[in-house]
Amino acid sequence: MSRDAAIVEAVGIRKLYGDVCALDGVSLAVREGEFVSVIGPNGAGKTTLINVLAGLLRPNAGTVRFKGRDIGGIGPVRLARLGMARSFQLVSIFPALTVLEMVQVAIVARLRRGRRLFAALAADREVREQALEVLALFGLADRAELPSRHLAQGDKKLLDVASAFALRPEVILLDEPTSGVSTRDKTAVMETLVAASKRIGIRAIIQVEHDMDIVFGYSDRIVALHQGRVLADAPPEVIRADEAVVAAVIGRPPEWRPT
Amino acid sequence: MTAARVVVGAAVAAVLAYPLAASPYYATHMLMFFGYAIIVLGLNLLFGYTGLLSFGHSLFVALGAYAAAFLTSHFGVRSMELILVVAAVAGAAVAAPVGALCVRYARIYFAMLTLAFAMLFHSFLMKFYHVTGGDEGMRVLRPSLLGWDLAAVPKIQFLTVHYYYYASAVLLIAAVVMWRIVGSPFGLCLRSIRENPEKAASLGVSVARHRWAAFVISAAYAAVGGALLAPTTGQVDPSLAYWTHSGNMVFMTLLGGFSHFFGPALGALVFIHLQDQVMSLIPYWRLVFGAILAAIVIFAPGGLMSFVARSPGSAT
Repeated sequence: MSRDAAIVEAVGIRKLYGDVCALDGVSLAVREGEFVSVIGPNGAGKTTLINVLAGLLRPNAGTVRFKGRDIGGIGPVRLARLGMARSFQLVSIFPALTVLEMVQVAIVARLRRGRRLFAALAADREVREQALEVLALFGLADRAELPSRHLAQGDKKLLDVASAFALRPEVILLDEPTSGVSTRDKTAVMETLVAASKRIGIRAIIQVEHDMDIVFGYSDRIVALHQGRVLADAPPEVIRADEAVVAAVIGRPPEWRPT
Repeated sequence: MTAARVVVGAAVAAVLAYPLAASPYYATHMLMFFGYAIIVLGLNLLFGYTGLLSFGHSLFVALGAYAAAFLTSHFGVRSMELILVVAAVAGAAVAAPVGALCVRYARIYFAMLTLAFAMLFHSFLMKFYHVTGGDEGMRVLRPSLLGWDLAAVPKIQFLTVHYYYYASAVLLIAAVVMWRIVGSPFGLCLRSIRENPEKAASLGVSVARHRWAAFVISAAYAAVGGALLAPTTGQVDPSLAYWTHSGNMVFMTLLGGFSHFFGPALGALVFIHLQDQVMSLIPYWRLVFGAILAAIVIFAPGGLMSFVARSPGSAT
């Protein structure tokens, strides 16, 4: 694999919070078509890494590039315009807005219509139709007019992700896409998400996830973080066979299930 | 939605017929309503729609009122239309730098910062005696309406007929424009910021820029409302800029209900008439109003509008 093929590339990222070193020389490259999972125990630096990749945090050392551009600390708005979107660990929605409105926000922003002061949103067919298309991909179209706060928990999570997909990003960062979703619904959420990515033409997915079934079931590559460093960066079958990683990061064999 | 239209139509008809039925005393109360309704429409773009509580809108109200005083007393300008335009431009021009500073903060910090700017302006009005007349304030001479010189008309007639209909028309225009703003893509972005600024930013909405724009528009509304109030009393003084005046506007907004487009205007209407009634009964009207405010926050956080309407025209 050539270096040029990397869409997102982090090199030697170091991030300090005061004296605490959250990331210590982390490098990572994500290429066209990849689904990469970042795993690690609490405090390993996963969220910090996501926030660096999302342009929210500027690393103390190292560079992070998206399509060859330095995106260290450029902020969420500019990153969204460049073509990278993210979802949040905790369900992040606009509770009082309808499901349709929530997705329309992303489309209005993408089409740069947020400055239109006197245009009637209700008459904007393009925004409405694109929003309904995205909702249909996530199976939420029938609840378009419902206030977002009335959705079931799993659907709120889907709406959060759907609004990010409405930006038509090239790369999407998912911060624990199935956290807070019941075990039974996790696979359904992931299936919807992967199918929608294909339809929208997303070029790469980077996720942080705790659920090892999801991680091993969907990833092309797994990056295991431990104490701010990359412990392993390999395909799932290699990670699974690596006893050191299993002991340090996963804590138990991935096939293990409580009875 | 048609029911809502009927209600709005009936309200407009009632406003138009009011001076024919009511005494001049009550008709002049409505002039206060027209001014404050415009002010709180603007305030609520910031509060109800964007989620920023300004405790400094007295600054812009005073700015608009003093603009009317300056133009009529010092510059010989009598055209009310010109006064309103100058007030709007002055409000926006002052709000641009003030807003650029304030919108970097949210919640209580934003409220306190706006309050500080208003008190700064209050001090300016008090101290620069030779310019502003200090605590005595300034006179506002009778303006001409649509180029119509009304200097010879008796005062009561001017206020309850000519100025009454003029001011109600200004309110109507201001309300229609605001209705368009809140229903626009811009308005949707403001509501997304109110709900969750972090998420809004991640969807590509420039939070600071939108908050700033809402602040500037809101200030222009306050200044127009202030300018419209000025000829009613014929006098402006620094108490217009005092923070308790901002408190009254926030009270009106909460009283009527900030989550409804028409809530704040309803609040202004009730506030003005209630204040008049309570003040004539007991001197401690603030005590009574404090109790009312507490009761609303506890028992009806949606304000009076929550008793009147369920959802049409909802800000949410």
